[in-house]
Amino acid sequence: MKKLIYIALAMLVSANALQAQKTTFKIKGSDTCLPLIQKQSENYMKKNTSTSIMVTGGGSGVGIGALLTGTTEVAMTSRKMKLDEKLKMQDGAKAFKEKIFANDALSIIVHPSNKVSQLTREQLEGIFTGKIKNWKDVGGDDLTIVVYSRETSSGTYEFFKEHVLNNKNFASSALLMPATGAIVQSVSQTKGAVGYVGLAYVEKSVKDIKVSFDKGKTFVEPNVANAQNKTYPITRPLYIYYLTSVEKTITPYIEFLLSAEGQKTVLSEGYVPVK
Amino acid sequence: MLNKSQRKTFEKIFEGLLFSSSTVTSITVIFIIIFLFSEGIGLFNSKPIEKEYFIALNETNPVKDISPSDIDLIFNQDVTNWSKLGGKNDSIILFTLNNITDYIPEDSLGVNLEFLPAQINKFISSNTGVIAYFPDEYKPEKFDAFILPVGNVKVSEFLKGKNWYPTNQPAAQLGILPLILGTLWVSFGAILIALPLGLATAIYLAEVADMRLRNILKPLIELLAGIPSVVYGFFGLVVIVPLVQKTFGLAVGETALVGSIILGIMALPTIITITEDSIRATPRSQKEASLALGASRWQTMVRVIIPYSKSGIAAAIILGIGRAVGETMAVLMVTGNASVIPHSFLQPVRTIPATIAAELGEAPAGGLHFKALFALGIVLFIITFGINLTVEIIKSRTKRA
Repeated sequence: MKKLIYIALAMLVSANALQAQKTTFKIKGSDTCLPLIQKQSENYMKKNTSTSIMVTGGGSGVGIGALLTGTTEVAMTSRKMKLDEKLKMQDGAKAFKEKIFANDALSIIVHPSNKVSQLTREQLEGIFTGKIKNWKDVGGDDLTIVVYSRETSSGTYEFFKEHVLNNKNFASSALLMPATGAIVQSVSQTKGAVGYVGLAYVEKSVKDIKVSFDKGKTFVEPNVANAQNKTYPITRPLYIYYLTSVEKTITPYIEFLLSAEGQKTVLSEGYVPVK
Repeated sequence: MLNKSQRKTFEKIFEGLLFSSSTVTSITVIFIIIFLFSEGIGLFNSKPIEKEYFIALNETNPVKDISPSDIDLIFNQDVTNWSKLGGKNDSIILFTLNNITDYIPEDSLGVNLEFLPAQINKFISSNTGVIAYFPDEYKPEKFDAFILPVGNVKVSEFLKGKNWYPTNQPAAQLGILPLILGTLWVSFGAILIALPLGLATAIYLAEVADMRLRNILKPLIELLAGIPSVVYGFFGLVVIVPLVQKTFGLAVGETALVGSIILGIMALPTIITITEDSIRATPRSQKEASLALGASRWQTMVRVIIPYSKSGIAAAIILGIGRAVGETMAVLMVTGNASVIPHSFLQPVRTIPATIAAELGEAPAGGLHFKALFALGIVLFIITFGINLTVEIIKSRTKRA
């Protein structure tokens, strides 16, 4: 019996020793970044077996909050750190660094039967704030517009509100969906629907729309090439924030993200490469 | 074999175990209720603007009081002139951390923003139409501006408000009337669908169906209770939503009606199982007496069996409604979640549980939004409690009669 206990103890100790050799860090934040970072981390861990990375979602705000309280070393966000968040980091004496690791473009999607194929920013603002209620006002059929949006707390919602709606409120009649996949599903089965989703989520069951941010002079199609050369206006960078105190462990990972291989994964997962 | 004293101690221990587990359960329930209330009540001690932020106006501006909903209208650019709020004819200039660089070049703020307070003071005092929104730490020491007093969130505003924009800056809009009505609307519809269907099935199973059929049907129905609610929600979104949309020729399929149908289906196993059990509990002697008096099977059912099992049926209703009011995931997926006051079953609605589920994960702990969601939890608690109480009262009345 005693022997058994000793063996068990020895095993525990050696397991701990093995654990100690491993470098571990956590990445937390935006759900938009989650599938990409998850994939990147898997690839990275395959190459560097001594590293273990834990990736969790929750939202950009949650990620930065966790960075502040020290429950994560790395935060991924779909928006730039806000000024007051920076201040809180300063107050907490947490030095950090910022890196853009990919871009994400938001496509405006409608039902495939919709005749409208291009919209200006002003028209989008009217549609999503509820001032334009019928497709015939923007050159389509006489059909009620049904607006689909993400939930109020998502980073995508905030980005869209800031950059497309000029900081105005979404219409209260907008249908708020818990996930991007649900928006695609609903738009594909609702004739008058309009919604916004990441480029990676656009499927054949919905139609994407060209947009113009220069009052209708040029309309740009949402695709990777246009997002990469910055002609497509609804593009946002995706950020990684990490504490300077763990820079040594993180740097190889960031290098991997920005390497040719990492950026290839960005493309294959439906996001827009940085370079 | 245990001797007598050993058996006694064993029984004592067993008794103690039973006692402690019931105590633990009650304490847990009380603890959860206390937690819910302490978090939720806190909402009414906090201001609808972000903590440690201030809103300031130019000193010469005659407007000295703005309600939270008017603040939102201003920052939403629906109101762009002070004359609409009883001020001078002067256009409103929004001035926040988001757009400060439109007015003041970034390099004049200093590397660590050390010149920001002075710049804020300068800008506000030199522009008459400005409304500024900044963190308290940038409040200039010598401030030549009027700081807008903001009162706490009021219970009446919370319950009667019609706008639910909990993350709006600077003033969160916390009106839950659309959410309360949405919840009641969907639950009421669910019971309307589930009760007749459930009762009929229960009577059929207990009285009409033969043994073999019953042995197949009953486990099948009980299986319904074991399906995760996400599956119901997805089924609703993919199958029932397009169906309802086509049948009624609607612009949107995600409506209160779909929510009611899904919740009705989900409440069925509860209602059927409990009702059937109580119908089966009708003493054989009563049934046989009725039949012996020459009553038909139908008459016996209506006059003897259903009155006898009234309390069981009432319990089924409570638990069915309980499931409908509190159900989260399935409703979140099919009702569209638009926070508008519903006027018919064919409109999108947003329910309280769906709101809490969708938003709690992202609401910063302890913040205004967080507290507002807990206050919503209290409202939900009170609604369920009220329903249970009503049914209990009805039950005790019918017993006496």
